[in-house]
Amino acid sequence: MLNPFSGQALAHKGLGRLTSAGIMNRRKRTSTEREVIIRRFFVAAGLFSLVVMTLIVLFLFAEGIGLFRTVSVSDFLLGTAWYPTYDPPDFGVLPLIVGSAAVTLLSSLIAVPLGVGTALYLAEVAGDRTREILKPAVELLASLPSVVLGFVGMVVLAPLMQQWWDIPTGLNVFNASLMLALMAIPTIASISEDALHAVPRELNEASLALGATRWETLTRVQLPGALSGIGTGVILGMSRAMGETMVVLMVAGGAAQIPGSIFDSVRPLPASIAAEMGETPFGSEHYHALFAIGMVLFLMTLAFNLVAAWFSRRFQQKGAATL
Amino acid sequence: MVVAAQSRPSLAQQDLPAPPADNAQAIIQVRELNFFYGDVQALSDINLDIARNQVTALIGPSGCGKSTFLRLLNRMNELIPGTRVHGQVLFEGVDLYGPGVDPVEVRRRVGMVFQKPNPFPKTIYNNVAYGPRLYGVKDRRRLDEAVERSLRSAALWEEVKDILNTSALGLSGGQQQRLCIARAIAMEPEVLLMDEPTSALDPLATSRIEELVTELKRRYTVVIVTHNMQQAARVSDVTAFFYLGRLVEMGPTETIFTRPREKQTEQYITGRFG
Repeated sequence: MLNPFSGQALAHKGLGRLTSAGIMNRRKRTSTEREVIIRRFFVAAGLFSLVVMTLIVLFLFAEGIGLFRTVSVSDFLLGTAWYPTYDPPDFGVLPLIVGSAAVTLLSSLIAVPLGVGTALYLAEVAGDRTREILKPAVELLASLPSVVLGFVGMVVLAPLMQQWWDIPTGLNVFNASLMLALMAIPTIASISEDALHAVPRELNEASLALGATRWETLTRVQLPGALSGIGTGVILGMSRAMGETMVVLMVAGGAAQIPGSIFDSVRPLPASIAAEMGETPFGSEHYHALFAIGMVLFLMTLAFNLVAAWFSRRFQQKGAATL
Repeated sequence: MVVAAQSRPSLAQQDLPAPPADNAQAIIQVRELNFFYGDVQALSDINLDIARNQVTALIGPSGCGKSTFLRLLNRMNELIPGTRVHGQVLFEGVDLYGPGVDPVEVRRRVGMVFQKPNPFPKTIYNNVAYGPRLYGVKDRRRLDEAVERSLRSAALWEEVKDILNTSALGLSGGQQQRLCIARAIAMEPEVLLMDEPTSALDPLATSRIEELVTELKRRYTVVIVTHNMQQAARVSDVTAFFYLGRLVEMGPTETIFTRPREKQTEQYITGRFG
């Protein structure tokens, strides 16, 4: 025999014939057994994140609730003074909430037009080769460690701002918003571009064949078709900006005040937790207050994600154009 | 095109050969048309006339260039990068590929229905109103009229008149295709191009579309690409047989199907190849 495997194969065949009933049975059982194991693994994997998430939230709330034994919820949420180390201390987080809201809002004002614009350019204007180079480059921007962006804002941008506009500090809402926008742009651009690409070509052709211009096709067919994706991208970008800690810690200035202009320093929620947690005695009122801040932040990002989910469902077009 | 012809009347008179007398009925005249995808020549030396208010069927095996040819009649092929056109497509005497002709205007006057029904993910009403709105029609009553007229012409009105504001994607495949026809004729084009409009439909839906095509030729000139010989025989007045990027034979449908001049045509029609 030239084929070295054929003998073996024949032997195998013979064996199979001799004990075929037994082998068949065993195979059946092992394959269902294996499926059960695989299924259980997936269930466990799926439950794992759910369980961990629940435990973290429980822990957060258990520690944060402690504050409200001594401070009322309204004093906490609406108080305008955050002096946690004074005697008596003030635990008003309104300046921190406003600080977070300010940098998130301003950064989205910068990032949304730029991000969606980038997506439109990539999807509609750029040639295939340009897109192949540019899209990974934009996505690479997302992989810049936030501490590096914070560093740039602190060392490069802040002194320049101070010089240009003659302001007391370059570490302010505007600087932080710019850096956060840089972080949000890739998220927004990448998700929006995917959404634009997911609009079927047939629909574009249908529109063009009806005598629509490219612009009309873009605004009446492609953008509506991609709206849920673009909205999701925008909100994910914003929630990233809101939860981001390192950048705001480094470049927002750290002053717990309600900002009067975009050149005032602020102290967003995550920056407060990061800055103060290390110096807080375990179990103290201040310690519980930081957890309460964590609760507020969690609820805010949760709200954002719910809005994103609602948005993607609300504007999802049924059928071929769904994302 | 009327708009182009009005603004540049000299074009139609100077540059174009006078239409032969026997072609006075031709709305589209194709002259020495060659088409390339990159270096690949997809169509060679096509010459043919498409008669007004008639149904012209384009038949031929897959890859013979009939769909490519169809898409040249409303300049849809130029959306594909790397394509080239040589020769003339005269629409009402004006070369569609001449300088200064706006492809957007061409497509408003030469409508198209695609192989796969492709309604927009909008309401039935907004699908049909899409074209008129592009024209700038905003008045609700005029839009209502256009929508009703187009849906009636497409034999869809009775089925959808109570659900105009529901998604077009809830319709069956055949209804979707008739909606696409309604959407195309809402533009009031002069020519309607149909690229295998029934290939994705069941026999019942197919026969409804075929009836519709016969209706439509009263008001429109229809050019239909089909793989289905019976369909070509049933609906068309004139049939053109394409093979390997060339027009092999064209003539009255009856003649093509009973006494074709070319051997290739006969072989294809009788199912010996294709």
